Amino acid sequence: MMESQLVMQQEDFDRVFEIIQKLVRDANAKGIFVVDKAGQLIAEAGELQGIDSTSLASLTAGCVAATGGLAKIVGEEEFPIHFHQGERDNLHMTLVGDRMILVVVFDERSSLGLVRLRVKKAGNGLAKLFEDIRKKAETEIQTHGSPFAEITDDDIDNLFSD
Amino acid sequence: MSFINYSSREINCKIVYYGPGLCGKTTNLQHIYLKTNPDVKGKMISLATETERTLFFDFLPLALGEIRGFKTRFHLYTVPGQVFYDASRKLILKGVDGVVFVADSQIERMEANLESLDNLKVNLKEQGYDLDKIPYVIQYNKRDLPNAAPLEELQKLCNPTGAVEFEACATTGEGVFETLKAVAKGVLADLKKMGS
Repeated sequence: MMESQLVMQQEDFDRVFEIIQKLVRDANAKGIFVVDKAGQLIAEAGELQGIDSTSLASLTAGCVAATGGLAKIVGEEEFPIHFHQGERDNLHMTLVGDRMILVVVFDERSSLGLVRLRVKKAGNGLAKLFEDIRKKAETEIQTHGSPFAEITDDDIDNLFSD
Repeated sequence: MSFINYSSREINCKIVYYGPGLCGKTTNLQHIYLKTNPDVKGKMISLATETERTLFFDFLPLALGEIRGFKTRFHLYTVPGQVFYDASRKLILKGVDGVVFVADSQIERMEANLESLDNLKVNLKEQGYDLDKIPYVIQYNKRDLPNAAPLEELQKLCNPTGAVEFEACATTGEGVFETLKAVAKGVLADLKKMGS
């Protein structure tokens, strides 16, 4: 199924940010990233801000997509939780709803058990929130059309003027 | 699937370069990476084999400037061209906003072009897309080679629907930015029509 556009208003972003900021504290995480399955970074929180989060988002989506492909080969619908253990830092990825991925980076200040526990609750909250955002955006577009309907061909051309 | 973020005032779009093995998809991205200012590009990622064949994808984030107060960010991806990487190609098309098909102009690669084009249509369809309905540009690459097929023949075989097309030589950069601009324009024009 083709995915619809994701449109996030300021208040949507604030609600997502609130959940992941709380998750940083509750899970003693170094950083939290919300990424969509197409590789776009949606939001981030924690002390890792400033790292190459664009690449992180793209590679996370690639990793989750490849693992999803593997799941189907062995007869599973999906592997919803991925865990990568490093020498210092670890990466925990969870599927949230049908189009988001929640990435938690943590070190020895936390533990896999704690992260899994906290991610479960936060993941449920995020899934519900993104469903609300999707419905709201759909209604908005159906009622008012594209938020970029005013863009002119000149605007687009100007973007490419050297 | 573009992502419009009112908080950071950004429009994020995904463009995928598709085509047969060794047609020059990665070379397109490398040229764009080399010729753009550091402040508009992110890091280029290439998940490639030891022999530099694309294994999973190449990725290059680009910021093209502002439109009506929104920063436009394009994420460029290539797919692995080799036939047996089909599972990976399908994954990369997820959430695509625009497609560039890089055709190899060499006469002996004509069959590979057509096979890849068919494969693109099938894989897009699986994701719910129709090649005739999404922003789509064809690039005839390697026009500088002596064994390049005549343009008319390529057009007839690879572009029966008359999609926007460009001749190119990705190693020297000829036609590379023209292709990118055309597909990016198509994606933005699509955004304008969204919901209507």
